[in-house]
Amino acid sequence: MELISLGTFLNAVSQGLLWSILAMGVYITYRILDFADLTTEGSFPLGAAVDAMLIINGTNPFVATFASFIIGLVAGLVTGLLNTKLKIPGLLSGILVMTGLYSVNLRIMGKANLPLLKQPTIITTVTDMGISNSNAIMLVGIVSVVIIILLLVLLFATEFGFALRATGNNPKMISALGVNTDIMIIIGLMISNGLISLSGGIIAQYNGYADAGMGTGTIVIGLASVIIGEVIFGKTSIFRSLISVVLGSILYRIIIAFVLENGLQPTDLKLISSIVLAICLFLPVVKEKMFAKKSIKNMNGGANNA
Amino acid sequence: MLKLTNITKTFEPGTLNEKKALKGISLDMKESDFITIIGGNGAGKSTLLNAIAGMFITDSGKIEIDGNDVTNLPEHKRAKYIGRVFQDTRMGTASGMTIEENMAMAYRRGKHRTLRKGITKAERDFYREHLKMLDLGLEDRLTTKTGLLSGGQRQALTLLMATMTKPKLLLLDEHTAALDPKTAKKVLELTKKIIAEDKLTALMITHNMRDALKHGNRLVMLDKGKIIIDLSEEQKKNLQVSDLLSMFEKASGDSMTNDRMLLG
Ligand SMILES: Nc1ncnc2c1ncn2[C@@H]1O[C@H](COP(=O)(O)OP(=O)(O)O)[C@@H](O)[C@H]1O
Ligand SMILES: [Mg+2]
Repeated sequence: MELISLGTFLNAVSQGLLWSILAMGVYITYRILDFADLTTEGSFPLGAAVDAMLIINGTNPFVATFASFIIGLVAGLVTGLLNTKLKIPGLLSGILVMTGLYSVNLRIMGKANLPLLKQPTIITTVTDMGISNSNAIMLVGIVSVVIIILLLVLLFATEFGFALRATGNNPKMISALGVNTDIMIIIGLMISNGLISLSGGIIAQYNGYADAGMGTGTIVIGLASVIIGEVIFGKTSIFRSLISVVLGSILYRIIIAFVLENGLQPTDLKLISSIVLAICLFLPVVKEKMFAKKSIKNMNGGANNA
Repeated sequence: MLKLTNITKTFEPGTLNEKKALKGISLDMKESDFITIIGGNGAGKSTLLNAIAGMFITDSGKIEIDGNDVTNLPEHKRAKYIGRVFQDTRMGTASGMTIEENMAMAYRRGKHRTLRKGITKAERDFYREHLKMLDLGLEDRLTTKTGLLSGGQRQALTLLMATMTKPKLLLLDEHTAALDPKTAKKVLELTKKIIAEDKLTALMITHNMRDALKHGNRLVMLDKGKIIIDLSEEQKKNLQVSDLLSMFEKASGDSMTNDRMLLG
C-alpha cells in the first residue's frame, strides 16, 4: 500500500520549500529573538497583496517579489516600534499590526481576492524556458531557499548577528556589552517579516491569487515547521536549525497531503494544523523527560555550582 | 576615575510600595582603587552598582566616569567603560551561545556591531590563551555552549569576559555568593589577581565581612541607602569583623541582626 502518490509527494515537497521561507521568518522571531510575533498573519497576505497588485499592473515578477520582501520589512518595523518605543507587550504589538494589516491589505487589493490569471510570474518565467510546471515550482523553491539560508547563515556569523542572537538569549548581558537591544529587536522583526511577506508573495504566484484571508493560521504553520524540524532533525547550530526548519516545513506539507488523501477535507486543514502543532509542542517535553531520567541516573549527586 | 555626587533613586515613587533605595550617595574613586562594599539585605548595594552601570537613570545627582558625565546615558552607551559580573551565574553569558562567541561579544564591548565576522581565527587563538589562565580546561571547549558549564566555570568565564578589554571600571555584585565555598574562593582569588595585574578600578559587593576586610584598599558600608562607613586602607588594615560590627551599630543605631552579614 502506498501512503501517498509520488506526484503528491513531490508537490508537497515544492510547497514545503515555498512555505519554509515563512517558517524561517518565524524561526528568527520565535527562536532567535524569543519573541512570539503574530504580525506573521498580516505580513504574509501583505506580501501576497503587494506582489499580486504589482504583477497585475505590469511590474516584472522578480521586482514584484522583491517588493513583497521590502513591504514586510515595514510591517516588522511597525511591530518593533510599538514594542520597544511604546512599550506595548510583544504579543499585543503583533496582534495590533496583524489586525491593522487586514484593512491595509484590502486597500491594496481593492477587493478580497485578486486573481493572477494570465500574468507572468517567477514560475512562468521558468516554464517559458521549457521546464514543466511542477519542476519549475521545485526549482524556484530550491533556489530561493538556498539563497536565503546562505544569507542568514552569513548574517548570523557577523558581529551584528551575534548581537541579535544574544538579544533573544540574554538581553541584559548584551545590553551590558553595549548593544542597544531595542534596535536589535526592531531589526530582527524586520528581517523576519520581510521573509514572511516574501513567502506570501511567492505563494500568491504559486496559487495564482492573493487573498485577504490567506494569513489565517500561518503562525501555526510556521511554528509547526520550526518545531517538527527541531525535534526530528536537530538544532545544534544556526545552519543545522535552518535546514531543520526547511525539512520541518516539507514534512508538515507531507502530513497535510497524507490526511487530505485519506478522506479529510481542505476545510479541516486548520484544525489539523493546530493538532499537528500541539503534538509537536508536546514532543520535546516527552524527549526532555526521558532525557532527564537518564541524566539523573548518570549523576551521583554532583553539586550544580562546582 | 568614578565620581558620584549626591545620587538618589526612589523606586515606585508616590505608591504604597515607594522605596527610597539610594538617599544621596557621594563617592570619589581614584584610578586603580579597589573598594569592597558591605551592608545588610536591601541596603541599596545592588541598586548603587545598577545606577553606575545605567540600568536606570538616577533621580538626581551626577555620575562621572573617567571625567565623562554619564548621568543621563543609557546602559548600552556606558558599556565601553564598564565590566560587570553579577551574582546570578546565568546573567553574565548568553547560555545558548558558545564560549568563544560569548568572548567575542565581550571583546567588542561598547563598539559598533558591524557586518564583519563575529569572530576571527586570530581571536580564537587569543581566547584560548586567555582561558588557560583560568586553569579550568575551558581552552579546549571553545565551542561548548555556556549553558552547559557549571556555575563556577561560568562565573570565571564572565569575570574573564568582563576584564578582557581592561574596563575603566569593574563592578562585581556578590559574584561569588552563588558558588560553593571552594569554588567561591577560587573565583575570588582570580578576581584579586586580575584586578592587581591590570590595575583595574573595581567595586566589589560582598556579604562576607572577612573578605571585605581582606581585599581591596577601601571599604564602604551602606545602610538604608546611605554610606555610613568609609574606611581607607590604613583604617581597615588592622580591623576585625567584630570591630566592623560595633562600628556599624554605632553608625546606624541598629544592632546587626542580619544573619547573612554575620556569616563569614
Ligand atoms: N527594580 C526595583 N523595583 C522596586 N524596588 C526595588 C528595585 N530594586 C531594588 N528595590 C528595592 O530597593 C532596596 C535596595 O535593594 P538592593 O539594592 O537590591 O539591596 P542590596 O543591598 O541587598 O543589594 C530594597 O528595598 C529593594 O526591595
Ligand atoms: Mg544585592
